[in-house]
Amino acid sequence: MKATCWMGPNKMEVTTVPDPKILNQGDCIVKITSTAICGSDLHLYNAFIPALEPGDVLGHEFMGEVVEVGRNVNRLEVGDRIVVPFPIACGVCRACKNELFSVCENSNPNAWLAEKLMGHSPAGIYGYTHLLGGFAGGQAEYARVPFADVGPLRVPESLSDDQVLFLSDILPTGYMGAEMCNIQKGDTIAVWGCGPVGQFAIASAYMLGAERVIAIDRFPYRLDIARERLGAVTINYEEVDSVPDVLKDLTAGRGPDACIDAVGVEGHSHGLFYVHDRAKQMMRMQSDRPIALREAILSCANGGTVSVIGVYGGLIDKFPMNAVMNRSLTIKTGQCHVHRYMKPLLDRIEKGEIDPTFVITHHLPLDMAARGYEMFNNKEDNCEKVVLKA
Amino acid sequence: MGTSSQSRAGGSGDSERAHTKALGATVRPRPSKTRPYQELADEDRGTGGESLANFLGVFSIGLGLAELIAAGPMTKIVGVEDDDRNRAVMRLMGVREIGHGVSILSKQQPATAVWSRVAGDALDLALLGRALANPDNKRGRTLFATANVLAVTALDVMCARLLAKQPETVANADADDDVIRTKRSITVGKPVSEVYAFWHDFENFPRFMRHLESVTVAGPQRSHWKAKAPAGHSVEWDAVTTEDRPNELISWRSVEGSDVYNSGTVRFMAAPGDRGTEVRVELEYKPPLGKLGSKVAMLFREEPGQQVQDDLRHLKQVMEIGEIVISDATKHPGPHPAQPDDEPVTL
Repeated sequence: MKATCWMGPNKMEVTTVPDPKILNQGDCIVKITSTAICGSDLHLYNAFIPALEPGDVLGHEFMGEVVEVGRNVNRLEVGDRIVVPFPIACGVCRACKNELFSVCENSNPNAWLAEKLMGHSPAGIYGYTHLLGGFAGGQAEYARVPFADVGPLRVPESLSDDQVLFLSDILPTGYMGAEMCNIQKGDTIAVWGCGPVGQFAIASAYMLGAERVIAIDRFPYRLDIARERLGAVTINYEEVDSVPDVLKDLTAGRGPDACIDAVGVEGHSHGLFYVHDRAKQMMRMQSDRPIALREAILSCANGGTVSVIGVYGGLIDKFPMNAVMNRSLTIKTGQCHVHRYMKPLLDRIEKGEIDPTFVITHHLPLDMAARGYEMFNNKEDNCEKVVLKA
Repeated sequence: MGTSSQSRAGGSGDSERAHTKALGATVRPRPSKTRPYQELADEDRGTGGESLANFLGVFSIGLGLAELIAAGPMTKIVGVEDDDRNRAVMRLMGVREIGHGVSILSKQQPATAVWSRVAGDALDLALLGRALANPDNKRGRTLFATANVLAVTALDVMCARLLAKQPETVANADADDDVIRTKRSITVGKPVSEVYAFWHDFENFPRFMRHLESVTVAGPQRSHWKAKAPAGHSVEWDAVTTEDRPNELISWRSVEGSDVYNSGTVRFMAAPGDRGTEVRVELEYKPPLGKLGSKVAMLFREEPGQQVQDDLRHLKQVMEIGEIVISDATKHPGPHPAQPDDEPVTL
């Protein structure tokens, strides 16, 4: 089959590899119809997350048709049309029973490696480094899906691929980002990053009753989507001197009630802190640039919540813990527990409360995946979201 | 209640009285809830400074090898003339460094070995001081080397003092008789009776222990074990069950005269609040290449402590979901890209 392989920093190749097989008896094999490039794949593309090997098949947002099931699979049948959640979860461990699917205790075969770096191991994730299991990803023609009875969601034929594909990751991720803000009547929510996850966080904040959402980015086309399609108030951080000051002004000194970091490891900014972070990252003295996170903490209202859905891969410097502690802030974070949100969000799509297709700017054939990474990474041609058709 | 270390460890009669005073009867935990865990915590007393010592041991060997093999470049790095005499001194220092490293890594409690490293540092500093006195040398380089040696000296002193402070405990008493102890644990989401029963059937072991080929019952208290060894070989030994308390613990040891010496105990305790069963394995073994070999094996994930941890994780998977979870990369023992292939599962 054809598969999108990481061959080194900024080097993706679509090559022919053997077809996936059933390895565990709870697996199914899915023939992929649509798959997407995630913003977090760009962190791998740029090699900011450790433990990749040349030849790794990437991709964790995919859907398609079941073509084979393992002996122990009961709920799914060949021919079912499914969307696959990106965290791999066994469904029976204590974490899964508590609906903390992205920290499943059983799904990471390289847990020992993750434990060395993170203390404990999170769940395995498709195509997301050997630290998270070494599972082949879904930017391919076929994929092996472990625990087929637990994760995949059957979707109705009445909805197109584009309408349901993002249930695999970015829609639930944005939704969880907003949910973690525990939004109350009258709340103002600020969202750093207007990539697809940021857009879904903005949309979800409104679905959950926010009074006002303020969106922060530097690309006019992304801010346009947030403002025109979702009704956010937008700030281009390159055009203002201080984002926290503008936010203070917009909230008459209170600060946003909750702040969402939908940026993660590769934040951009201007000013001394940014130059310092960038330099340390280039010298490999620090793996992550927590610029958005710092701003979110400094901006957040006293007693408010900072919700982190941007991906971090290592250690960060100059973390304003004094602000977190002295101002009674709450930090909530996590890889999305996608399984929790798929069905309720599918219902919202069916009811017409949200149409996730608004983030898609490009459809490409799988063959052109490498070009898709390049465009998305360099923000060429106003690229917001690339969907690959297998 | 004498020494300060005892009062720090708690769990004694005195601290129970202290509980009585501080916490009301409705709040105070029953001693049976905390005492076994205090004992577990105390088992680790005496291990302070071990990983720092291991690091210094590996560092010594690395530096020593560089001084021995690349004596020429090393003399240039420290800023002295690259002549035969200086090279000879450098090689001598290299041999000394390697000696320190080996002696540190060969012991569980290498306080003396680390102090001897401090003495070695003093010698290094004296030599560097002499080099500084000679105006023909490159002073900048020598100063830089001196700064580095001073930094390592500080670490050495810190480590030696930490090791010297350790109380004599099971973790380090008679720890230098070539026996290595390791203990690992995991929580399995099944009731104690089920986990005990699964473990009690030794023939189940190869299902979750990747280094075992087979275990067969050879008598009422006797079993025959066959394990994979490097280069396609295998090792076999007989073991006897020395203690078996249902739903509590099982102990075993290899019979006398076996090629492989090991003994172990597995304990089962109900985890609090329906969290399943806490499984704890203590293993004692004589590594074929001694402590040094075992510490080197640790770097390659082949050290038994890591193996026990992997096996316990597999036990959890087998008990909770019925099989060991594998991925495209981990179906092979060595490095492999996360990409499907046509080879059979070899893990």
